[in-house]
Order: sequence, then C-alpha cells, then structure tokens
Amino acid sequence: MTGWRSARVILIWVALALAIGVPVALAATSEQLAWRGPVYILAGFAGIVALGLVLIQPLLVGGYLPGLSAYRGRRVHHWIGGTLVAAVVIHVAGLWFTSPPDMIDALTYASPTPFTPYGVTAMWAIFIVALLALLRRRLGLRLRTWRIIHMPLAIVIVVGSVVHCLLIEGTMETVSKAVLCAAVLAATVKAMVDLQVWRKRRTLRGESPAQQ
Amino acid sequence: MSRVEINRRSLLAAGGSVLATGVLASGVSGLLVPARAAGLAPTETMSGGANNYRKGAAVVERIGKGGFWMSGTVRRAGDGAPLAGQRIQIWAHTVEGQEHEPQSHGATLTDKEGKFRLEMPQIIPIFGQPHGHLAYDSGEFKTVFLRPVMRSAKETSLEAHFVLQPA
Repeated sequence: MTGWRSARVILIWVALALAIGVPVALAATSEQLAWRGPVYILAGFAGIVALGLVLIQPLLVGGYLPGLSAYRGRRVHHWIGGTLVAAVVIHVAGLWFTSPPDMIDALTYASPTPFTPYGVTAMWAIFIVALLALLRRRLGLRLRTWRIIHMPLAIVIVVGSVVHCLLIEGTMETVSKAVLCAAVLAATVKAMVDLQVWRKRRTLRGESPAQQ
Repeated sequence: MSRVEINRRSLLAAGGSVLATGVLASGVSGLLVPARAAGLAPTETMSGGANNYRKGAAVVERIGKGGFWMSGTVRRAGDGAPLAGQRIQIWAHTVEGQEHEPQSHGATLTDKEGKFRLEMPQIIPIFGQPHGHLAYDSGEFKTVFLRPVMRSAKETSLEAHFVLQPA
C-alpha cells in the first residue's frame, strides 16, 4: 500500500516534469533556432515555459500534486502566478525587440496571424488576475467575489493560451505541443469540476463534499 | 498541428475570396472606374504587409544565395491588362537574415506579360507563420503591400499577385 502510494507520488511528479520538460527539450532541438537571434529564442522559450506554468496552476489548486498541503499549494499557486506574469512579459518584450511592427499589430489586435488575438487576450487576463490577486485584500474582495472574477478569467487564460500555442508554426514539436495543451485543458476542467467552482456556497478550497 | 493549419488557411482563403467577391459586388471598384463596375478589382494591402519594409531596395539578379522562388503577376484594375516594367520589392525572414536586415531585401521588374520572378534564400517561419512580403510603391499606381503565407514551411516557392489602380 505504501509502496503503491510512493510510486504514485513519483509517477505524478515525473509525469508533470515530462509534460513540461519534453516540449521544451524538443523545441531546443528545432532547426529554426539556427536562424533566430538570441532575444527571439529567449522570447519563444518564455512562451513555452508560460504554457507549462499554466498547466501547474490548476494542479496546485486542485490539490493533485502530492507533498503540497492545501495551504502550501495555494501559496505556490501565487508564486507561480507571479512567475507566469514574468514569463509573459519576457515573451512580449523579446518579440517586440525582434520585430516592433509585428508586435504593435499584435497588441492592437491588427495582426494578420489568427493565433495572435488569443495570445494577447490571454495576456491581459493574466495581468488582470495578477493585479487583482495582489490587491484582493486591499479592495476588500470576499473569497466568493474573487472566485466569480477569477474563474472566467482562468478559462480565458487557458483557452487563449492553448489556441494561441496550437496555431503557431514555430520551434515546438507538434505532438509534444498537443500533449501539453491537452494536459492544460484536462487539468483545468478537472480542477473546476472537483472544486465545483460554479457553486455559490463553496467559498473555500478543501471543504469536503460530505459537508454539502 | 499541420491539420489545424491547413483548415485555418483554407478557411482564410475562402474568407478572402468571399471578401474579394464582396468588394466587387458592392461596386467599390465601380466607384473608381464607373464604366467598368464589373471589372477586375484592385488588390488591397494586406494587414501586416508593410512590416519591416525598407524604402528603395535595389533591383537585383537574386537575393543572397537563392534557392527559393518568389513569383507573381502585376495587372491593371478593371481590364486586367498586364503591366510591364513594374518594380516589385520583396523581403522575408530567410535562412540568410531577418526581415528587417538589408540583405533580406531586393527588387525585380515585371516582363512584358506582367510577370515577375526573383530567386531568394529559403523563407522560414517568423512570428508563427512562414510568409513573405512584397510591395509595389513606384507611385504611378496606388501603393500595395502583400503578405502571402506558405502552405508549409517546407515549400520552396511562393506566389503573390497584384492588381493595381491608378494613384
């Protein structure tokens, strides 16, 4: 029993490491890197890492990562959120440096590439969530109100990031990219279903279903 | 996700043709040339087409070491007559340089059938799509910037067609 449990713990962490590590490693072997400058390369990888962080977020909140208590998981969720903001800023700043006119088109929703508005919308959703999370106490937002704000934005972030990523023809290898995107969607749906985020009565994570 | 790519592109292509038909049907070209309301509509500048444009790229035999062909036609709006001797500028992110770098730019002239063809280095995906840029900006006709997208990054040629209207 304990053997199975520790095997399961290892399995979950290894699976997470592979889901994020394999796409990053395969992108690092892309022949396209040879024709890109260092800043463009950094911007691309910041984008891939950002998608990996989007996978970790629902896993933390859902309590699926063994070894992290509910409290610790929530703390780590905050820190990963901050890291996600940093990754997105590096992604956008690096692309701006690489080709300013293309980035101006992107940020003004005037880009010819169909994946761009998804990415830019997800970016704004990430910034809004991070800002409100920082100011939540100061604004006096109750947990329930916070959840009503955060959940739709979380859906925008997840769907926007996944569509953005899937439509891009870049350094990412297609199968590992699709697997990572599927994992992001699956983790988000599972966390939202398990926590029954649409129920008004449930305000705190960790309440057992028996209490209903 | 090449399958998604193809679907999106064919969707875009379909959307584009619907748009072009719409322009014809609504008679925008008819306003400009009243007698030729049903004629060939001018090509509109594509969004993002002018990005990383450099004014006055020189007419060259070939851009860099070549290996990739950019070709197309230049015709007059309305009657569709081929336009000879028109200067078309071409640039892209290739294996030999980024879009904004001077060595990635060049120009060529159309022949008497209104066709142009310029060898350039292999285009590679930049900003998520393998695409090229072309410009007509000689002044006699209205300036047009095009941004054609390759079906696949493995293709070794790309076409773009201009229908110009008087400036």
